[in-house]
Amino acid sequence: MGELSSAETELLRYRLRVNGLDYEVLDAQLCESLLYVLRERLGLHGPKNACLEGECGSCSVLVDGAVECACTVLAAAAAGRDVVTIEGLTPEGSDLSDIQQAFVDEGAVQCGFCTPGLLVSVHHLLSHNPAPTDLEVREAISGNLCRCTGYGRILAAVHAAAADRGRETVGS
Amino acid sequence: MYELLERLPDADLLAGGTDFMVEVNAGRRRPLAVVSLHDVPELRGWRRDGSDVVLGAGLTYTEMLDAEFADLVPCLAQAARTVGSPQIRNAGTIGGNLGTASPAGDTLPVLAALGARIGVGRQGSVRTVTLDELITAPKRTSLEPGELIVDVRLPAGLGTQEFLKVGPRNAMIIAVANVALVVDWSGRQVCVALGSVGPVILRPGEAEAFATARIDWDERRLLGGEAALDEFAGLVRAAARPIDDHRSTADYRRHAVGICARRALDRAVRHQRIGALADPFQEKPWAS
Repeated sequence: MGELSSAETELLRYRLRVNGLDYEVLDAQLCESLLYVLRERLGLHGPKNACLEGECGSCSVLVDGAVECACTVLAAAAAGRDVVTIEGLTPEGSDLSDIQQAFVDEGAVQCGFCTPGLLVSVHHLLSHNPAPTDLEVREAISGNLCRCTGYGRILAAVHAAAADRGRETVGS
Repeated sequence: MYELLERLPDADLLAGGTDFMVEVNAGRRRPLAVVSLHDVPELRGWRRDGSDVVLGAGLTYTEMLDAEFADLVPCLAQAARTVGSPQIRNAGTIGGNLGTASPAGDTLPVLAALGARIGVGRQGSVRTVTLDELITAPKRTSLEPGELIVDVRLPAGLGTQEFLKVGPRNAMIIAVANVALVVDWSGRQVCVALGSVGPVILRPGEAEAFATARIDWDERRLLGGEAALDEFAGLVRAAARPIDDHRSTADYRRHAVGICARRALDRAVRHQRIGALADPFQEKPWAS
């Protein structure tokens, strides 16, 4: 259990583990969300700031391996937990992950604002369910709003990425 | 832990954060101290205890979808399945749903219909309360400073259970109306609880008594057919005390809660499913 007490002027200091790296957060306010700390203190701008209510999913990150909205996580309470953002899902040495590439190839990115959150949800889905049905994909991304694509191309991209991984597994 | 709560009587308790952080982000809440309950092992998970299931207050909605758990408390799993999105279900907890005490909390009608006994702990003691003792008004509980919701005790595999909810769409929806209904075949009674149609969760006593009297408990069927279901729905509508707000109108809520309750009773008596959670990936989970 964490005690996160601070008077109006008292500032907090804690450590966050993000994408495998330990960050020291200094002079933080108690009320800061994980989203705020990731973007404004750690410079990780992948998680997007939109609704701040857990409604839109554009700030989706993995916390201890589960997809959560970074805006509804109190940053100081995430100390000791393992946080992964979209920045941590790109394999070392490449620009894009296979899922990101599939999104590009299938035209699943329009304005792009929802994309990082969607990619976190899809990455989580495919790492637990390598061959999802259409309904399973829809369910997995039901917490990620996209106002551009109508989701058709996103579904196509997820299936394309899954099929590619399937072929690689068979081939190797 | 309780020492900490005694020392910080004004601290906010933080469970999954899905309600709390919305208020913080909007500037409606400025806590000076927060006690995060995330890493308290005593609040995690669930266990069997004789004929009961005991849920730690930190049990998440996602954990309630676990097949073994869903078999024991199917309508709680149904309710958990309708909460928010995967993101919200991964974070939100049963203790948080109770502590927030929203009239629209999706697990709350289930806990009322199943007669939940809620453990409230403080330094040196635990007291047990019912849902209507805990939640006294919209977003108000009888918790005192230094107290903490510890666990929730429910009967395992009780009768046939149903949960139904109405909202504008399937994902990310706060209930316009929701209903939990339990047909307890061994205790020979029907328990119904209504959410989002009153300041707190409501038990439509006359509707419950009517349904209990209209079931042939030996033959396990409802007497009076459609007319009995209609009369039951009318009694449920009469018991609702809905308001107009930004989510819906009182008229629609009253209408919807009657339909949900009617459908729940019909399904529960006709199908008599025990432990059958609707397949979340079924093409049309609402059609049956």
